[in-house]
Amino acid sequence: MSYTVKHNISLTVLLFALWFGLSGLFDVLMLSLGIASTLLVVYFSYRMDTIDRQKHPARLTLQLLRFWLFLSREVISANIDVVRRIFRPGKNISPQLFQLPMTKKTDLARVIYANSITLTPGTVCVKVNRKAITVHSLSKESADDLRSGRMADAVPEDERDEET
Amino acid sequence: MIFVEIISWIFIFTGALLGIAGGIGIHRFPDFYSRLHAVGITDTMCAGCFIIGLCLQTGFTIASLKLLLIFVFLFFSCPTATHALADTAMLSGLKARLDKEQ
Repeated sequence: MSYTVKHNISLTVLLFALWFGLSGLFDVLMLSLGIASTLLVVYFSYRMDTIDRQKHPARLTLQLLRFWLFLSREVISANIDVVRRIFRPGKNISPQLFQLPMTKKTDLARVIYANSITLTPGTVCVKVNRKAITVHSLSKESADDLRSGRMADAVPEDERDEET
Repeated sequence: MIFVEIISWIFIFTGALLGIAGGIGIHRFPDFYSRLHAVGITDTMCAGCFIIGLCLQTGFTIASLKLLLIFVFLFFSCPTATHALADTAMLSGLKARLDKEQ
């Protein structure tokens, strides 16, 4: 089976599951309307030629789950840190602007890395390119934490994808 | 059931408190870039606590599935919006107020 066919099938299944989850209707008329609209959307996206370029990161699923656990732990501890800083009187922050080397080779991993930096309170990714990430951080501690590369190592990456 | 009710309200109240903390942070921090970090609180844990609390209220129904979908969309769109704001501010030449003793 070619890649496009496989992708179309998985897109259809995913879209129909979404339709069913949002509507929750069982009668025949509604189900057939749901199937019809799903197929119509799959046909549109096929015509618009977006399918070959956007890939499902299906091979990464297990690693992604582990990464989400790591990320939620990071987000919670960063939240507590920022809330403490908000309520600490006097000089409570030490903003930094610095560059991190980009260690990821595929676009998907780069996006995940930059978005996770922004998602954790206390660090915001300002610029991304193939060589480096520019980050604004609220404190010296969170900047040092990012420099240690803990976050970069945790981001999953599929080496079999082509480099960009 | 009273147990679930109590847990759910603990989550909702934590979310509300975090939202207030984020609002105070927006006013306390000195410049645009550091205010973005305060917004990060309301984007992540405040929204997350609310959604968990409301999911416990609705129970295992289609409404909780929709709530989880809202969380997923927030999870992907909030960092993107924050990054777009920071990038645009940097492009238009807004200087960040940085710590002097770097």
